[in-house]
Amino acid sequence: MVGQIAQHAMEVHGEAWTIKELFTLPNEEIYWSIQIVMYPFMTGLVAGAFVLSSLYHVFGIEKLKEIARFSLVFSFALLPVAMMPLLLHLQQPFRGIHVMMTPHFTSAIAAFGFVFSTYGCIVATELWLVYRKYFVQTALELKAMKNRGTIDNLRCLLFAALTLGAWDISDEAVEKDHKACKIMAGIGIPVACFLHGYAGFIFGSVKANALWMTPLMPVIFICSAVVSGVALCILCYVVVQEIRKFMARRKIARWAKDVNAPTVDQLEGAKHEEVMIASNYLMYFMIAALTLEILDLIFRGYTQVKSWDILREVIMERDFTKIFVMQYGLGNILPFLIMVLPGRTVRRTTIATILVLFGVFMMRYNVVIGGQAFSLSFAGFMDYELPIIPHNIETYKEGLLGALTVAATPFVLFYFINKVMPAFLKEEEPTH
Amino acid sequence: MERRDFLKKCIMVIAGASVPLSALTLVDPKKVLAANPSIQWAFLVDTTKCVGCGFCVKACKTENDIPLNANVTRTWVERYVYTKDDRRYVDSPKGALDGYTDARIDLGKGEFKEIDKDNVGKAFFVPKLCNHCASPACTQVCPVGATYKADNGVVLVDRKWCIGCGYCIMACPYAARFFHPVLKVADKCTFCYHRLSKGLDSACVNACPFGARKMGNIHDKNDPITQIIMNERVGVLKDEFGTKPQAFYIGLAQEVR
Ligand code: SF4
Ligand code: SF4
Repeated sequence: MVGQIAQHAMEVHGEAWTIKELFTLPNEEIYWSIQIVMYPFMTGLVAGAFVLSSLYHVFGIEKLKEIARFSLVFSFALLPVAMMPLLLHLQQPFRGIHVMMTPHFTSAIAAFGFVFSTYGCIVATELWLVYRKYFVQTALELKAMKNRGTIDNLRCLLFAALTLGAWDISDEAVEKDHKACKIMAGIGIPVACFLHGYAGFIFGSVKANALWMTPLMPVIFICSAVVSGVALCILCYVVVQEIRKFMARRKIARWAKDVNAPTVDQLEGAKHEEVMIASNYLMYFMIAALTLEILDLIFRGYTQVKSWDILREVIMERDFTKIFVMQYGLGNILPFLIMVLPGRTVRRTTIATILVLFGVFMMRYNVVIGGQAFSLSFAGFMDYELPIIPHNIETYKEGLLGALTVAATPFVLFYFINKVMPAFLKEEEPTH
Repeated sequence: MERRDFLKKCIMVIAGASVPLSALTLVDPKKVLAANPSIQWAFLVDTTKCVGCGFCVKACKTENDIPLNANVTRTWVERYVYTKDDRRYVDSPKGALDGYTDARIDLGKGEFKEIDKDNVGKAFFVPKLCNHCASPACTQVCPVGATYKADNGVVLVDRKWCIGCGYCIMACPYAARFFHPVLKVADKCTFCYHRLSKGLDSACVNACPFGARKMGNIHDKNDPITQIIMNERVGVLKDEFGTKPQAFYIGLAQEVR
């Protein structure tokens, strides 16, 4: 036994942000808070970014070449972050590794570690295949360099190591790389979808939760994942290109000083085309996601099973603003209109992508928090108040700051990964 | 594993080892036990006897080291009030730790509802606890297998292995689980496993002055509790979830969820 635990007032997990109303069961709190909102949101971004990059690699949509490479690197930066919210929400984060040690396969979360690692390996392999030539070239260049400094020495070592001893960059070898890359991307798509559909299954299979339990959940999650991933890639691509344009104009970066460096106009032209095509795909997936979500809603409203009374009150009244105004209005319909009206520009598309990202985030929020907004007694409600100013580690982790930490990490990672695998690598000859 | 079980298995293994090899397959201790598990614990709540004193809640919290003032509890008592103008009120302030001493209904958010005495149609109390389901939703979803069903039917949590993901809490349709405020692991009723294995009653059964709570071995046909479950009209909570609850209720109203 525990020994005598002090019998004084103490806060239980979830109490800090849960407001209970009417009849809720004594043990009910919002146990899954903002980090569990972040979890499907981040995995969705990973999966979506990868799918976008595969459009080029597998289906050979040439026009997406640059954004595809960018997405691949970015999805690698997002990858470790998909794990972060899960770890942050655990009550015993140091035991997280138990999932890998004693996976209990009847649980939908148990295989997550494995699916996730498999997926990580695929992305890493694909990246390596894409960048192997660059690694070799850089390593050789550095080797040939006279009077190298410490940093150059280190870089030389790093790139030599990254080649993994495969120094052959003859045309045939590179061609082989491309073939292998295509295969990896081909395997990657179903795995990426699985990774995310699986996140949907984690919720969809909770039979105790009337809002979550639907077999549509995994499919809805996959579609919205692709939507969010594509949107984020377009957004980041535009932003990074803007920064590059700025650098090209001012000749700040090392690459910008090069004689062959792309001019501002070239950058602008490339950007326009890629963004337009990618945003078309964005719209297709948005239609699919929205259709499924609305179907789910209509079905619930039409069949009116026992839980509908309370669900209706949550969906139509209590969470009306969050669902219909923020998620569907601002996050789906408005950006769709922005993109579909004639004369679409990059700027308009960029604004639309921001709204889309917001919309997908709200969808995750409405699923995760909305699913806990009503009591299992069907006679009471719970409201989640996002802790903004943390007063202990728990309210930090499961509050605004924790969510922002998770959201910011991929960008930091991208900055470093980009140093080793430049997302905007200029290639002399067309690859394929 | 209980000591008796262990000894039993040992004897079977020794028995198995002492017979010729060909006979070994016949003496698989696990199979023998599964075919004839001696004990399966079940709970019986007689709602007609419960007066909402909350002694069981206090006894449970004290016995099992759940901080008295923390707003979580392994067992709780709900109060149902139906008015003559066909309204239903339910509450369970602090899980009825201090009993129902206030006639007003707790509406949450610090609000209370006064109900006119003459307007009360029927009112009753329903004690609740983990149902130690025969096919528990909670053990199914645990990613590390930290929560499991013991051979005697009791669903337990391994406090040393639980990672605190909360999936089991989400999966239980009865909200029987919570995070222990001090230990930070999933916690729930254990049927006072530690007392059962000493041959004692669980703390709540022991504490109830009105005999509203009983426990019995459902595999023993002569057990008086089993007799009641077999011969009288008893119900279980939320059977639509297919968890096959092992806590049976006498006098269960349809509205109790
Ligand atoms: S009542 Fe809940 S916690 Fe208890 S065994 Fe059933 S599903 Fe598990
Ligand atoms: S909280 Fe603990 S017991 Fe419950 S599912 Fe997670 S690891 Fe298993």
